[in-house]
Amino acid sequence: MKPAIVAEKHPLDDLIRADRMPHIWCPGCGVGIIMRCYAQAILDSGIPLEKHIIVSGIGCSGRVAGYMKLDSYHTTHGRAIPFATGIKLANPSLTVSVFSGDGDLAAIGGNHLIHAARRNIDLKVVCINNFNFGMTGGQVGPTTPKGAFGTTAPYGCLEQPFNLPTLLKACGANFVSRWTAIHVRQVKDDILYAFSKPGFAFIEVLAPCPIGFGKSNGIDDGLEEMEMYRDRSVLIQGETFNDEDLVIDLRSEHPIYVGRFVDRDRPPFAPAKVVQS
Amino acid sequence: MTRPAVLTGKHFMHGDHACAEGALAAGCRFFAGYPITPSTEIAEHLAARLPEVDGVFIQMEDELASMATILGASAAGARSMTATSGPGLSLMLENLGLGVMLELPTLVVDVMRGSPSTGLPTLPGQSDVMQARWGSHGDFAILAYSPWSPQEMFDLTILSFNMADRYRVPAILLADEVVGHMVEKVIIPPEDQIEHLSRKKPSRQASDDNFQPYLVENADLVPPLAHAGEGYHIHMTGLTHDERGYPDMTAETHNRLVTRLFEKIQKNADDIIRVEGYELDDARIVVVAYGCTARSARSAVLQARAKGIPAGLLRLVSIWPFPEKIIRELTQNVDHFIVAEMNLGQIRLEVERVAHREVKGVHHAGGAMIPPEPILAAIEEVAK
Repeated sequence: MKPAIVAEKHPLDDLIRADRMPHIWCPGCGVGIIMRCYAQAILDSGIPLEKHIIVSGIGCSGRVAGYMKLDSYHTTHGRAIPFATGIKLANPSLTVSVFSGDGDLAAIGGNHLIHAARRNIDLKVVCINNFNFGMTGGQVGPTTPKGAFGTTAPYGCLEQPFNLPTLLKACGANFVSRWTAIHVRQVKDDILYAFSKPGFAFIEVLAPCPIGFGKSNGIDDGLEEMEMYRDRSVLIQGETFNDEDLVIDLRSEHPIYVGRFVDRDRPPFAPAKVVQS
Repeated sequence: MTRPAVLTGKHFMHGDHACAEGALAAGCRFFAGYPITPSTEIAEHLAARLPEVDGVFIQMEDELASMATILGASAAGARSMTATSGPGLSLMLENLGLGVMLELPTLVVDVMRGSPSTGLPTLPGQSDVMQARWGSHGDFAILAYSPWSPQEMFDLTILSFNMADRYRVPAILLADEVVGHMVEKVIIPPEDQIEHLSRKKPSRQASDDNFQPYLVENADLVPPLAHAGEGYHIHMTGLTHDERGYPDMTAETHNRLVTRLFEKIQKNADDIIRVEGYELDDARIVVVAYGCTARSARSAVLQARAKGIPAGLLRLVSIWPFPEKIIRELTQNVDHFIVAEMNLGQIRLEVERVAHREVKGVHHAGGAMIPPEPILAAIEEVAK
């Protein structure tokens, strides 16, 4: 018996460039899940599609811009935030989101990230953190947990990683949260909330990268990493945490703290205006 | 009291300020930059002036960000610019290439100082000429104009914006410290006499799903530009892309795209190029110079003429694309070319390439303007 067609069209069809499928992401990758959260948040926002702009840098997460049927800009490695800054300041009526990975935003783009947060510029940044440079094949980066392995750290990562939520909190962002790829409702809700909240929003989403990060670290199955997130995620609310709590150590039984860590209303950056006399 | 965007009238004006006023007169309402001598006065002037005309001024964390930000502003429809010097241009080259690839018009002002490295921050140089042309990786073509006076800091800033918009490419104003810091008469025309070339807009409606953002519809090889927020849901990528703007990693598409980016400038070179000739009609010896060095070269040519030597000056108002046709035509009647420039031979080699002969160079690595005397001596030497 032929299955009945229950819908002519997927609700997200208008948001996805179907003519660009199949996408480049590996089996078990978390990026597509988070892109779906973003698309749903756009639909729920009620903001006209032409007012939503997406800017990406380079890397697997940077490919999100190319799959969204919006005005979309795939820029240079690390420079998505300043490019987006130009769009937002030139046309403040636009809702400008930056979608990129931990390597793009926190390594090569780290300077732009901290200064954009300091300015509290009205951008919505979704940072997909898979603890490594996935597109180039699993090299360590500034978010790789100490001791984890990568193709450029065959003896284990020697460096202290960035703790992105506390970094962004210290810099001055208005909104900072962290979730994992299993928290699809929370990720969608936070992106949607960030659309309505002026200032710099930073949403970190931990995501499996079984081919890049996983293969060197004994989690080469995406589902296995999702199960780890489910089992070890602990929700904390508000700013009642020690910065040290947010350090991610995948090897120990240290919980992975998730939640909204910063939600404040400092004035966002606005260019100087001289009142006409 | 706020001042209007166009300060029509006769002024005694600093070169960097004249550049800033030229930008405002051209309709530029967006500046992102990072302080660097000897260009900082442009940023300082616009920090005061842009808020008066409802424009945006933002000081960025570095030149990488400055360049990316003005491209973003351009993508959203603004005439945007930054100002820098050699060390800053080095950092901007990454995203200058992005501007070439996305075909986003914008203006980079490079007030050249003695280089390489930190070099001579407060003293002049002209050694970024080849960096402007070839500094970003890959094959591409770009626009560069070289002012020789504060008046041209004003005029060529406007021309640079117009040509950048006309050909969808970043333009570079290759000024030098002498011209940037010189104070001289600047005449600002009435607003309605300032030329304004607009960007080519798509002829298709935003709702038309067949719109392809990189489809060339005219012989000029320049596709129309849809801005962020206009509803065309365009995709722009620094990856090699097809006419839809979609990444396409094939040799065929890559060759087609890069060739077009190159040819859209080369084929329209006659429209872009500006030169000025002095005493060229019967000249047997032609000095080629640009920027502040052209001032000394003109003096040397006039002195040579007074001595009965048939010398002339070809002043390069635009540098890139290189005026190959003009130099080739001169070659027929000219015995000797001399190039005077504050570097060790960057444009001399270009003239040699085009003229197919050895060209005498009057060079200095920078730090002080080349005076007329060594140029005159070179003219007299080849005249023997």
